[in-house]
Amino acid sequence: MYFYALIGVGLFSVGLYALINYAHLLRKILALNVMGSGIFLILIALAKRTGETQPDVVPHAMVITGIVVAVSATALALTLMLKLAAETGRAELSEKDRD
Amino acid sequence: METLTLLALSFDALLNLSLLYLAWILLNCEDLLKAIVLFVAFGLLMALAWVRLDAPDVALAEAAIGAGLTGALLLTALAKLRVIETNKGTTQQLKQDSENFQTLHYMTPLALLLVAIGLGYVVFSMPPISAGLSNDVATNMGNSGVSHSVTAVLLNFRGYDTLLEMFVLLVSLLGVWSFGSTTSQHETTPGPVLDTLTRRLVPVLILVAAYLLWVGAHAPGGAFQAGSVLAAAGVLLLLMGWRPGGYLSTLPFRLILVAGPGLFAITAALLYLLKGQLLAFPVEYAGIIIFALETTATLSIAVILAALFLSEPPHSDKEHI
Amino acid sequence: MTLIDYLSTILLIAGALFFLAGTLGLLRFPDIYTRLHALTKADNVGLGLIVIGLALQSESLASAGKLILIWLLVMFAGASVSNLIASGALQRGIRLWKR
Repeated sequence: MYFYALIGVGLFSVGLYALINYAHLLRKILALNVMGSGIFLILIALAKRTGETQPDVVPHAMVITGIVVAVSATALALTLMLKLAAETGRAELSEKDRD
Repeated sequence: METLTLLALSFDALLNLSLLYLAWILLNCEDLLKAIVLFVAFGLLMALAWVRLDAPDVALAEAAIGAGLTGALLLTALAKLRVIETNKGTTQQLKQDSENFQTLHYMTPLALLLVAIGLGYVVFSMPPISAGLSNDVATNMGNSGVSHSVTAVLLNFRGYDTLLEMFVLLVSLLGVWSFGSTTSQHETTPGPVLDTLTRRLVPVLILVAAYLLWVGAHAPGGAFQAGSVLAAAGVLLLLMGWRPGGYLSTLPFRLILVAGPGLFAITAALLYLLKGQLLAFPVEYAGIIIFALETTATLSIAVILAALFLSEPPHSDKEHI
Repeated sequence: MTLIDYLSTILLIAGALFFLAGTLGLLRFPDIYTRLHALTKADNVGLGLIVIGLALQSESLASAGKLILIWLLVMFAGASVSNLIASGALQRGIRLWKR
């Protein structure tokens, strides 16, 4: 089951790349969600290492909690993005404000 | 048996590679709408991966929340963004962040490759067999009050996680509300097809939610899955054009919002006073306490998630009048 | 393998073939309306065959009933959603494909 954990690492890296590389905030939010999925995949894949048929359920419970927290964070982030777009006209962080 | 294992392995490989490919495509495609639709497909494939990893509870939560609700949230946000852009006369193209760092551009993939290799090394250096906490869970299952281990962990063994999570949900809703209304949405009348779909589907969704809540005690399911299915019913009603209007500021609605986290906090406080420990359920009452907590949590999660989808603070309706 | 096992194997394979045909249509058909046509019809029958194949294998009547229920719900939602997609496409002025 290391394969799934490795794909989790891959998803995390792809998400991180998009998070850094693209300016549009909606794309950054998508990237964060993909990164989260990657982390969940690593957790659940490593929970299968019990040596028995039944996996360790504690990470499962953690991931369910994580999914719900992720959706609420996404909702908050989207509202922030819309507010920013309503103020500035574009859903991007401008270069001037950065420093 | 050999062929079956080989089939399962190739299925896993196919699933994994499509997950990675889909993530790459969705994050790098030009059209944001396409990206969101691909994200929903990605969520459904993730649900399939959870099933393959023997995590049906996670699969249920992912299919309902990760794919369904997040997709709906993203699509609505994109539609609102398009309205704002049209009003402001701005257009968006696929633009890369930080032109200033153009010179360092080739560094990013390189650094990320190093991150990926490092993480991969960490994953591989883990011991191949580790029981984790599964033995502790197995020995204490008898005292948990339920027979499904994931529910036992969520509501009993690590109940404080769920307690705090309920508050995270509530706080995020308050955060969304505190920004005020983004774009005014008025009541609309749906077409005949959407109308029929909603009328037939909402009662079924309520029934499914109740079933998921009930079955959580001994099989995959529980408060989060039930709550998100119930929230999906709410989202469907909102999509149909229903606007709760004044309901949002009424006392019963507010009570449902805080019922889940509130009952959890009260239980924790009472148990702390009586037994000197947070959320240490007495064995003989554990089943009924968990059921009560899960029922209120389901209602609160459903209402909070649906309200997050609406993302309109309760008092904005009074301003319209 | 018993007779029931053979029967459900045949049903499952037939269902998978319907899915394959539907996906092929989705990929190869020229416009959105014909693609919807390929998807919904093939998927409804394909899912139906798979559900019957699985229901034959289920231990209790209740779980078979749940499978049938899933099929009915998917057909109901699929039919409604494809209608919504098609009417949305018509409203946006996407032309029907002509040879």
